[in-house]
Amino acid sequence: MRSAASVLIAITGALLLQVATPAAALTVLYDKSRISCVSRQEKVPVEAQFKTFTAQIAFDPARPEAGKTQIEIDLDSFDIGFAEYNEDAKGKNWFDVRNFPRAKFVSTSMRALDGGRFEARGPLTIKGKTNEVIALFTYKEDAGIGVFNGAFAIKRLQYNIGEGVWKDTAVVADEVQIRFHIVVAIAKPAAKK
Amino acid sequence: MSIATPDRYTLTAISLHWLIFVLIACSFPLAVYMVDLPLSPQKLTYFSWHKWLGVSIFLLAIARLAWRLTHPAPALPATMPRWQQRAAAVNLVALYALILVIPLTGWLYSSATGVPTVYLGLVQLPDLLARDKALAEQLKWVHVTLNYTMLTLVIIHAAASFKHHFVDRDDVLTRMLPFVKPGGER
Repeated sequence: MRSAASVLIAITGALLLQVATPAAALTVLYDKSRISCVSRQEKVPVEAQFKTFTAQIAFDPARPEAGKTQIEIDLDSFDIGFAEYNEDAKGKNWFDVRNFPRAKFVSTSMRALDGGRFEARGPLTIKGKTNEVIALFTYKEDAGIGVFNGAFAIKRLQYNIGEGVWKDTAVVADEVQIRFHIVVAIAKPAAKK
Repeated sequence: MSIATPDRYTLTAISLHWLIFVLIACSFPLAVYMVDLPLSPQKLTYFSWHKWLGVSIFLLAIARLAWRLTHPAPALPATMPRWQQRAAAVNLVALYALILVIPLTGWLYSSATGVPTVYLGLVQLPDLLARDKALAEQLKWVHVTLNYTMLTLVIIHAAASFKHHFVDRDDVLTRMLPFVKPGGER
């Protein structure tokens, strides 16, 4: 009786484990990857890059639901191309990097959509404020390399990004596009059937 | 009025001349003022205005050049020394070139910094260059240097026209002024 129960538990456990096995973690190739944001200043789109970030990505295109992603962006690495603006961006009005050095996204669900697209949902935290975001992306594998390409929009004022005189959305629009291009090395080059 | 040697510039030529002058007279000081401002929404707005003025000047300069090529300018007084006639012509050609080239260098500079130009907040111009910080610095230098070159030439141009008006007492200045009748009182 006792041993039958433990066998049952063991089998159930093994089954559960199989179902819930997370997808394998991928090795991110940071020098090929890029996370940027495009803000609109009086209709003028300006792209800025976040040069430093870390990403833990577990993803299998055959089982996207088993995927899991956590990305942390070093806001100090914001580069909009002008030293003066970069400096300002670190200050209290914008990212306030002293108090909030990182932005963080953690996926709570991932799934496949039509047309070879995927979506990742989860909370995005910037400057102490958290909002749910949905990031759409594509994923392509080629020659031992996987490439995620995607984007989503956030409202900067929901995160208090751009306070004081910068609150005016007539100058800098509320909506900011976040773009990501993340390249990963695939441990086993695509030999699945 | 004969086509070959009109007494005055046409009203179109006069309008374009003064319109471009007014736009440059706004754009140039605005640029000198805005570049040293600390970062603020106002500064970004000034940059946008400066770019809009630049695009406007460029478009008007094209119209003006097209008009000039199809409508001869009145001749300079025959009493003028040859070197002065030549100097005036060289200065004019240089000024025509600059009102076309300076906006272009501004556009290139803007492209190289990664900030596109959206004319009047309506029409986004294509970026002529990819983002390149080092190139942007060089283009900035070219843009600024050409502007001060133009300022110098404009001062010479204006000084010469005053000399014609007040010293030589000819119609070289008045024929470019609106609302002055040909051969009228000065």
